Amino acid sequence: MSSSTVRKSGAFDIASLSQSTLNFRRYLVLAAVMVTASLGDVFLSAGMREAGPISIHHLSSLFAALRIPWVLAGIVLLTAFFASYLTALSWADLTFVLPATSFGYVLIALLSKFWLHETITAGRWAGILLIMAGVGFVARGPSYTNHGETTFHESPSRTGALEGPADCAREHSA
Amino acid sequence: MTHAARSAVWLMIGAIVLFATVGDVLIASAMRQVGDFDKIRCRTGLFGAILAVLGNVRFLLGVLSMALSFFSLLYALSWAEVSLVAPASAALTFVTNAFAAKWVLKENVDRRRWIAAFCVCAGVFFLSR
Repeated sequence: MSSSTVRKSGAFDIASLSQSTLNFRRYLVLAAVMVTASLGDVFLSAGMREAGPISIHHLSSLFAALRIPWVLAGIVLLTAFFASYLTALSWADLTFVLPATSFGYVLIALLSKFWLHETITAGRWAGILLIMAGVGFVARGPSYTNHGETTFHESPSRTGALEGPADCAREHSA
Repeated sequence: MTHAARSAVWLMIGAIVLFATVGDVLIASAMRQVGDFDKIRCRTGLFGAILAVLGNVRFLLGVLSMALSFFSLLYALSWAEVSLVAPASAALTFVTNAFAAKWVLKENVDRRRWIAAFCVCAGVFFLSR
């Protein structure tokens, strides 16, 4: 059933319609979100440790911190995170993207164990299992809630959230 | 850490969560208005897609809120351990975002998504201990 059919009929609750809009490239975008966000936080943390405590009376010192290489590297990674995050939000719900990309926390914990040889306590293993369960729950469900809205320069195609992932060749032939 | 210092850190975490949630909701709403980024890029190229996003008021307000969250995070990180600030703010943001997505964005936050949000929130909490 096409989205337009659903809208015309008026017999269905459009807001409750959801479906998966994911393909391989979009899974890569979600992977980029999780990796850049985690590494960006780690780099920023290293940079701010270098900067030391900043007093509320000298907030301008925050701008001076922007000259620290770790902070700059963190900002570059977080910019990459932002670009991939925006892309993901254009074809998936906020409540899908956030849990689905939380696997980055697990990635950092596993890197710290196998690369930095840090100890992972039982509590942390429990945390890893909980996050993986959360990712599993959300990944098996629909990624997008269709509100049936027609939006920015869109004619029929934006409602194509129900048509599945974009394909440039198909777009041009349409 | 004294009681006053602990309260100050949690106040900073509260500010990070508030600004992050408002920013996330505004940006998600903006991207929903703009439409599927991949399709716009197919039609107008990457530059056209970027312009479509940058011309959206909700997006700009969302970025402003995210910037406030970012500077709150920088400020908090200069006072408290990253192992407390980053996971605590991230964990709380998962829950506040789920509520905001349901009531503001009208997303279909079904039982599966609630469980996922609370699993990730608890997982981040345990991971930070």
